[in-house]
Amino acid sequence: MIEIKNISKSFNGRQVLDNVSGVFKKGETSLVIGASGTGKSVLLKCMLDLVRPEAGTTLYDGRDFYVGDEEDKKDIRREMGVLFQGGALFDSKTVHENVQFPLDMLTKMGEGEKKDRVEFCLQRVGLEGTGGRMPSEISGGMKKRVGIARAIVMNPKYLFCDEPNSGLDPLTSIKIDELIKEITDEFDITTVVITHDMNSVLSIGDKIMFLHKGKKLWEGNSQTIMGDTVPELEEFVFCNKALSLMRAGK
Amino acid sequence: MLSVIGRYLIFLGKLFTRRESLKVYWERFIDECIGIGVSSVFIVAIVAVFIGAVVCVQTRANLVSPVIPIYVVSNIVRDMTLLELSSTFMCVVLAGKVGSNIAGELGTMKITEQIDALEVMGINSASYLVLPKLLAAVFTFPLLAIISGFLGILGGYLAGTLSGIITPEDYIYGIRYSFIPFNVFISIIKAVVFGFLISTISAFQGYNTRGGALEVGQASTSAVTNSCIAVLIADYLLAELLT
Ligand SMILES: Nc1ncnc2c1ncn2[C@@H]1O[C@H](COP(=O)(O)OP(=O)(O)O)[C@@H](O)[C@H]1O
Ligand SMILES: [Mg+2]
Repeated sequence: MIEIKNISKSFNGRQVLDNVSGVFKKGETSLVIGASGTGKSVLLKCMLDLVRPEAGTTLYDGRDFYVGDEEDKKDIRREMGVLFQGGALFDSKTVHENVQFPLDMLTKMGEGEKKDRVEFCLQRVGLEGTGGRMPSEISGGMKKRVGIARAIVMNPKYLFCDEPNSGLDPLTSIKIDELIKEITDEFDITTVVITHDMNSVLSIGDKIMFLHKGKKLWEGNSQTIMGDTVPELEEFVFCNKALSLMRAGK
Repeated sequence: MLSVIGRYLIFLGKLFTRRESLKVYWERFIDECIGIGVSSVFIVAIVAVFIGAVVCVQTRANLVSPVIPIYVVSNIVRDMTLLELSSTFMCVVLAGKVGSNIAGELGTMKITEQIDALEVMGINSASYLVLPKLLAAVFTFPLLAIISGFLGILGGYLAGTLSGIITPEDYIYGIRYSFIPFNVFISIIKAVVFGFLISTISAFQGYNTRGGALEVGQASTSAVTNSCIAVLIADYLLAELLT
């Protein structure tokens, strides 16, 4: 379980996050949704302590992530996997080396054991046999898959995905969403997905947090999101024409 | 300006704290020696040979007085090469090649969140990425300076003897005449200092890139400009200090 408490962050005097709190539960795919520029990525960076908020804390199963130095954080960091927006694969390494990288740096596994683990993860995301390619040679959807494989290679307790389906076609998007959801269920991970894609919202949102201009305005799940009457949320949800027609018809 | 220098110093401090295992650094170091050093041999060689040749020809053209012995030409080629061309001039060229490469690479890693990905794994990204580059530059630049010094003098020899403005005997006599071995040492010291400045300044620029592809380009440009300025200032200070 991850708890965030009263997180506030501003850049050069501009408030980007305003007193955001929330709980993300184990075994659930929790979504953070909102329009572009509302501070979703900043919230994620605060949770990962890449950006330190002015106020608030993040607790990982009760452990305060903002106390102590980097050495103290290593234990929690080992339990995290992150899929960044563009995949953030290391350009100079092959797919296999990318996925193996956390094992190389953070564990004392033998070569054979590492290889097996990498193969397992690549196969889990549906990429068996592509290990030898470079990131520049694979498609956007494959990059996200490699990113997921790298994120889960250390068997994380917490998985974070920043816009896992940005820049992908609708079909690939749904496949990536489903993959994340399956992995969450299969390995009983606490997963936080940042998205502005209504498809994901409706299909994988066990729990949903809606951010608007840095404030948390609503919380619920994929069933309750259609019926709720927060004006900003309605605007976000029903900007999709098909959905708004659906509602008009009901 | 002062705050930038302050941030640069903090950045340098970060390189030496929380290091990874020696094995990791060793592998990265070898890679960087190839990327920074070996791949620069060609440009360094070209520049050295031609500048040596030009210095020889120009000096001869300007020294027409019959009272000055001809071997002074190669004497001047030697001193110019060892004191400035093989270190300062070479490093200005390398600031362009190596500096823009380092800033571009790190800038791209920064904006595509590869650096964040390292940090999230608990790796000190500055140290992991930059320290091997720094060590590789400090190690390979002096070697390049030696190559450059040798080829500069060779370039002068070829230009001088092939065009017939100086005999091989005079040239050799000139480069051995009142030779101060300490000058070779100065050249090496300078290359070490310049290697340090170019690699860290360029890395600092790249590492602090924010935005997109445009900013990566800007970071590369300012890496080259700032490295060149730093090299020239350091050259002046070292000249005061060492000679
Ligand atoms: N390091 C930074 N420095 C200054 N401003 C930032 C920084 N990171 C993000 N911002 C600003 O914070 C706001 C929220 O950004 P972000 O969290 O990336 O939005 P999104 O919800 O689309 O992910 C944006 O206006 C952005 O310009
Ligand atoms: Mg974002």
